Amino acid sequence: MKSKVLNNSKTFFKKLTSNQIIIPLLALLFLIVFNLIRDPGFFEIKVVTNTSGHTVWNGNLMSIIDFGSELAILTIGMTFVTAASGGQDISIGATAAIAGSIIARILTGADGRAPQGMEGSLILAFLVAVLACVLCGAFNGTLVAYFKIPPMVATLILFTAGRSIASWINENRNISIVDDKFMIIGGFIPGIPIPTPFFIAVLCMIITALVLKFTTLGLYTQAVGINENSSRLNGINPKFIKLLTFMILGLGAAVAGLIKVSRTGTCNYAGLCKDIEMDAILAVALGGNALGGGKFNLKASILGAYIIQFLTTTLLAMEVPSTALPAYKAVVVIILVVFSSPVVREKMNKLSAYIKVKTAKNVGKEGEN
Amino acid sequence: MANKEILKMRNIVKTFPGVKALQGVDFTLREGEIHALMGENGAGKSTLIKVLTGVYEKNDGQIFLEDKEITIHSPEEAQKNGISTVYQEITLCPNLSVAENLFIARDGKKIKNWKKMNKESEKLLQSLSIPVKATEQLANCSIAVQQMVAIARAVDMDCKVLILDEPTSSLDDNEVERLFVLMNNLKARGVGIIFVTHFLDQVYRVCDRITVLRDGKLVGEYEIKDLPRVQLVSKMLGKEMDDMADIKSDEKVYTGENADSDVIAVEALQSTAGIKPFDFNIKKGEVNGFTGLLGSGRSECVRAIFGADKVVQGTVKKDGKEIKIKKPLDAMKNGIGYLPEDRKNDGIVGDLSVKDNIIIALQVMNGFFKPFSKAEAEKFAEEYIKLLNIKTASSETPIKSLSGGNQQKVILARWLLTHPQYLILDEPTRGIDVGTKVDIQKLVLQLASEGMSVTFISSEIDEMIRTCSRLIVMRDRQKVGEIKGEDITQNKIMSTIAGEN
Repeated sequence: MKSKVLNNSKTFFKKLTSNQIIIPLLALLFLIVFNLIRDPGFFEIKVVTNTSGHTVWNGNLMSIIDFGSELAILTIGMTFVTAASGGQDISIGATAAIAGSIIARILTGADGRAPQGMEGSLILAFLVAVLACVLCGAFNGTLVAYFKIPPMVATLILFTAGRSIASWINENRNISIVDDKFMIIGGFIPGIPIPTPFFIAVLCMIITALVLKFTTLGLYTQAVGINENSSRLNGINPKFIKLLTFMILGLGAAVAGLIKVSRTGTCNYAGLCKDIEMDAILAVALGGNALGGGKFNLKASILGAYIIQFLTTTLLAMEVPSTALPAYKAVVVIILVVFSSPVVREKMNKLSAYIKVKTAKNVGKEGEN
Repeated sequence: MANKEILKMRNIVKTFPGVKALQGVDFTLREGEIHALMGENGAGKSTLIKVLTGVYEKNDGQIFLEDKEITIHSPEEAQKNGISTVYQEITLCPNLSVAENLFIARDGKKIKNWKKMNKESEKLLQSLSIPVKATEQLANCSIAVQQMVAIARAVDMDCKVLILDEPTSSLDDNEVERLFVLMNNLKARGVGIIFVTHFLDQVYRVCDRITVLRDGKLVGEYEIKDLPRVQLVSKMLGKEMDDMADIKSDEKVYTGENADSDVIAVEALQSTAGIKPFDFNIKKGEVNGFTGLLGSGRSECVRAIFGADKVVQGTVKKDGKEIKIKKPLDAMKNGIGYLPEDRKNDGIVGDLSVKDNIIIALQVMNGFFKPFSKAEAEKFAEEYIKLLNIKTASSETPIKSLSGGNQQKVILARWLLTHPQYLILDEPTRGIDVGTKVDIQKLVLQLASEGMSVTFISSEIDEMIRTCSRLIVMRDRQKVGEIKGEDITQNKIMSTIAGEN
């Protein structure tokens, strides 16, 4: 009886260690333990009344699920792009800025001078932003899939030009949108103490899960990423699949742009979603996904995104100045990435095999005795 | 002939873990001759060349250059000894000029006198009658000229032995002619040329002698006039002309409905892969095959039918009605399945599970919005794993961790699952164990007796004789004959491949 339980837990453990989600899980565990030792108060959730008069939950955990949302949404698309094209899109921050700028422009009306409330329809604004971002994705995807330009190089174009386009859309005016209803998206729904972006992120994950369940997108992106020739000979159109993944990522950028603009009520062309592409790529890597394409694990990627936010929040809680944040993050990133690299993993596997052999020998000796 | 022996290789042995690539091979090259090195895939041609050029180190044996024993550890050393190689793929710098390519990294001098370099290049090009200007950028030249420049560069470095490894495979007929002129030119200067090619016609056009290798062993060295083509083919394949009796078993033949009508018929089909337009048809329940030496265009033909290469002209009819096949999916929707020759690069999706690899083709046909449920996929996978006796730990095991034979069975399962009316199997038995080979051949015959039409391609003529009732013979990228029924014998096949009656 006892041995059966032991066996079960053994196979469970084996399954877990062979699953790539172990890497982000270990990183998460490490961050939790680290914070528990450093300051257990880190996990405290306070009930406070915020500036708009709502009763909301406040604390580090809340800010992780709040501010990690945009990253999580973009990570979904980045995972698909990575899997299918074997490269990454570095233009999504700029694309999100374009989305934000379009939303700001439409909401504030033609003259761009409506500090009080919204003039345009929010739905219209969002749809136009989605259209623009999907087009940006299609532009990147076309360069990558049909012109065979390496993804980094192809997306460098929008990375460079995107923010100029964003500021051009609003003729470089500083726009502020003060509207309670609009602020809900990046803030709180009245009566619900959990930040709205979290729900949007969850909604995106649910939609993605449904898409993966009711289409063959998952199989196709992986097949294309692993063996493009073979995929083509099995009737898949690899070029279109690559294009599609970039368009999906564009869609994510539109949502991220919307959240970001609503959060602050302004549209900062230079700063909106700045460097978020790097975090998204990192999240994919943290999730144990090969950046060279092929098989992917979306859950692990999304977990990776929240871990990055966890790390940022931890550092802020340690009163690391925000300008020094990237340097600290880099150190942690190096450790994580090296730890999850194939070389180290192989070494670890060898080590564990060695230990197993040794213990088996010892057990054998005990048996003799 | 007063021509002295310039290069002698004696008793060369090279082994890789588990493979004896060369087992005591002798090779002799004379001054001013063009010497063909022939053999099928895996015969040891490339290994011998790589030993000679220092890419591989030999395990045993001696190499003499002009009666002096030499040891070669690297391509640079080979170069210094006057042994130059020109490969099928151009290894020059396309962004530099012809002259620069001729002289780059040739001497220790850092600063070059450009005028002098161009002048010397011009002289060299003229003396070899290569039709190009020294200042032309290499990328703007045709492949043939690039090849010639590569040869000129090799020759100019005081070359005694020139190795041409499949130089003609990407050239058209005119370009080949020009290359031959250059080769004869060099021959007249006393350079010994080793010529590796798949094209029989070319061997008989320019070569003086032939060395044949098979399975890492020397078959023999012959004067070209002493070795008729049929003999050459039989030596390469390792079959004596009258050695093999017809071993066709009395298999069941499909006699059901429409047994005499063409399932697929193509006319003047041509793809971008460089085959001449060909006609082809297959009846319901028929097993036929494409045969020919490696590189004769047999794979390119079936790839054109499946839409794997871009088709430039010709018509395809299915059950008498014309169909358009622009991409593999069109072929699949018309009931055609294709097991590709290159299992690793075109067949398996390595990191995906056995299950995903089995269902992928049917899934694609089923459509983007109709994925199989886990249970359905599992059912399909289990069914075919059992049916074909695929040895795998589970249906979730990545296909790349299976043995070659079992990988091939998975690909076969993939296509059987789509229930094709016409199945193309390109080298389904390559690199797999004997038991599986027999299994696959039996399966092919069984499927045909149930009414499936199958095209079966194999390098092993025995297998073709056992399974096919009709053979289409290819040589030098065109269809040169068809052999039917009783005529399918070793002798007939070999003489048709060789192009003699």
